[in-house]
Amino acid sequence: MTDTTAQTVPGKRSLLTLDDRTRRRNAAEARFRAYGLAAVTVALIALTLLLVSIFANGVSVFRQTTIAIPVTLDAKKLDKSGKLDPAVMAKVTTVGYAPLLTKGLQAAMEENGISDQGLKAKAIGALISQDAPAQLRDMVLADPTLVGQTISFEALASGRIDGYFKGRVTMDSAALDSNISPEQLALADALKDAGILHSRFNMGFITAPDASEQRPEAAGLGVAILGSLYMMIVVLVLSLPIGVAASIYLEEFAPKNRFTDLIEVNISNLAAVPSIVYGILGLAIFINFAGLPQSAPIVGGLVLTLMTLPRIIIPARAALKAVPPSIRDAALGVGASKMQSVFHHVLPLAAPGILTGMIIGLAQALGETAPLLLIGMVAFVREYPGAPPEGFFDPASALPVQVYNWTQRADPAFVERAGGAIIVLLIFLVTMNAAAILLRRRFERRW
Amino acid sequence: MNALKFTVSAFALAAAAGAANAREQVQVAGSSTVLPYAAIVAEAFGENFEFPTPVVEGGGSGAGRKKLCEGVGENTIDVANSSSRIKQSDIDLCTQNGVTEIMEVRIGYDGIVFASDINGAEFAFTPADWYNALAAEVMKDGALVPNAAKTWADVNPALPAQDILAFIPGTKHGTREVFDVKVLEEGCKASGAEEAFIAAKGEEDGKKACLALRTDGVSVDIDGDYTETLARIAANKNGIGVFGLSFYQNNTDKLQVATMDGVTPSVETISSGDYPVSRPLYFYVKKAHLGVIPGLKEYIEFFVSDDMAGPDGPLAEYGLVSDPELAATQAAVAAETPMGPLE
Repeated sequence: MTDTTAQTVPGKRSLLTLDDRTRRRNAAEARFRAYGLAAVTVALIALTLLLVSIFANGVSVFRQTTIAIPVTLDAKKLDKSGKLDPAVMAKVTTVGYAPLLTKGLQAAMEENGISDQGLKAKAIGALISQDAPAQLRDMVLADPTLVGQTISFEALASGRIDGYFKGRVTMDSAALDSNISPEQLALADALKDAGILHSRFNMGFITAPDASEQRPEAAGLGVAILGSLYMMIVVLVLSLPIGVAASIYLEEFAPKNRFTDLIEVNISNLAAVPSIVYGILGLAIFINFAGLPQSAPIVGGLVLTLMTLPRIIIPARAALKAVPPSIRDAALGVGASKMQSVFHHVLPLAAPGILTGMIIGLAQALGETAPLLLIGMVAFVREYPGAPPEGFFDPASALPVQVYNWTQRADPAFVERAGGAIIVLLIFLVTMNAAAILLRRRFERRW
Repeated sequence: MNALKFTVSAFALAAAAGAANAREQVQVAGSSTVLPYAAIVAEAFGENFEFPTPVVEGGGSGAGRKKLCEGVGENTIDVANSSSRIKQSDIDLCTQNGVTEIMEVRIGYDGIVFASDINGAEFAFTPADWYNALAAEVMKDGALVPNAAKTWADVNPALPAQDILAFIPGTKHGTREVFDVKVLEEGCKASGAEEAFIAAKGEEDGKKACLALRTDGVSVDIDGDYTETLARIAANKNGIGVFGLSFYQNNTDKLQVATMDGVTPSVETISSGDYPVSRPLYFYVKKAHLGVIPGLKEYIEFFVSDDMAGPDGPLAEYGLVSDPELAATQAAVAAETPMGPLE
């Protein structure tokens, strides 16, 4: 039988020739696949755009321009009594230290035969970060014997100079910029050629505290990372036992009646409440009523615990529910009590699921800013909080808060800082989520 | 019982730490305009004094004053930054919560500038130009008519024929108040519209009508901060934005500033009073906390000292217009003079 005869005999077609209906079905499937692929592509493009823009803005923050300056610590200026008395030396403010740095830089220029481009001392000093005098002062007060010596001091370059070597500031923009001149940039180039000015890994970005608008080059994430860490400790310590206890009770012990139904509905509802609401609650309960301090990680942690709890209870209950009843029945059958069956058999089997939910809940809490707005954590904080437990009550900032703060600053250098802070936050989040996936892969059992 | 357990543990924690934990650092909140200045002072204060660096929060002038008036005690703030003067309602709230004595400290003046894209046309404005460009109703041939101006040249032939597009601060900003009073009201008066409004609607409503803006998308309220205004101008080169002087000074490579009544805004022209659009900046101190919170007196004295707020200090360098009467402020702060009733 040939194809031609098959076509001529109605109702006796070959399975290999497609009829209209099959063709339509196949086309529908192909279309659906194309839609799915398009959806994934759009999501991937969005993600790539986001990552590219963040990294393009922020990755340069991990290198910072510094200037090596030989500073002569003039005893006449720094120690008027001549007795190295710390109380007297502390009277010399950072204003007194700044000229020493400028002089040191001028001396280094002379030594290397670099022309001053006709710049005055003040304009040369403007190449050095305003943070440097404070660093130098701290160094001298910590070790008064340095007075009278000439030391090599690694000072940060000012934000505009740093921006020049990162391509943010150009000769053209400097000509219009009231904070920097092309002559200063030319001087910076000469300093770089002489090896006085160089760029190195920016450890300060991870460890240093925030800085004011006049010194973006010195701003770092130290206080924010500590504050976030403290809050996560509070959230973990409170929400893990409470969340697990609540979900075990609700899933295994609680009678099924209207009251528990009501609780269940409420928990699902709370998980969807906008996070700013928890901030309002935290302000009213923890600060105004309980009298806890403003801007403290303990309050932030408590508020985030409230927010995270329902988001932990729901996956924990799902994990408990996924343990097959045969396990419980077997335990009860060999004479275990209800509690023994739960703690010896059900909980260990549900643990990977509970931990996964916990880590994802923590990761969400780490990225929250809104609830912290109202409890005073969206603030300019420069002092590191102390060691726990007292440190929980000291003011601190948080990582997402730092991003929010920096995006509002006037100096364009803070855009780079904000990008860098997002990268650090993303690294934390990716690590936590990867840990959650790893836990699930390794320990989760399927029935 | 999840909720019960939680409250119990929360209160146990609160009680454990609670009242015994004395606060060591000054806490400041309020105006986001004053925030950068306060941060600069706090940073220098922390570096040069034995006391820890004060914690400075933003949040807006009104919110800061409200927080100040929440009561006396270590879990309330010590200083409220404000870009507008305290209101009687704030003082009443303060009195009600036991905050009876407040010190008012004026730190200097802030200029408000009009700036556009650096590569665009140059502008020389008068308040009347702004009124005629943005108001809902304007004077034309002696009668009030709905505003139909499309380009700046329609408003004033001396201006470039560029489409009108203004990014002005939203109503929650203290800057908007200054814009209303110093630009729109002045322009309303100068163009003769105020007289017509008052004739038509009476004294009170006539003045209010001066502040009604057209709603056809020509004037855009920006509720975010100046960085948003800057981004809008970058995206739309025809736009003209309202900025603080310090913000403009940090972005002179992207923005060009317009003159107002022929005066270019700068620290000098604002302090001499030639540039018309400026406002005083304040902070308010809870007097009951002086002597209780370590470093509070030193912080406020340091803030108004010549080293900080003086004409050559870092605040002036950042864009604050130094107060010519700073010496009187310093004396009042040293004497801890509380403010009298509002006149």
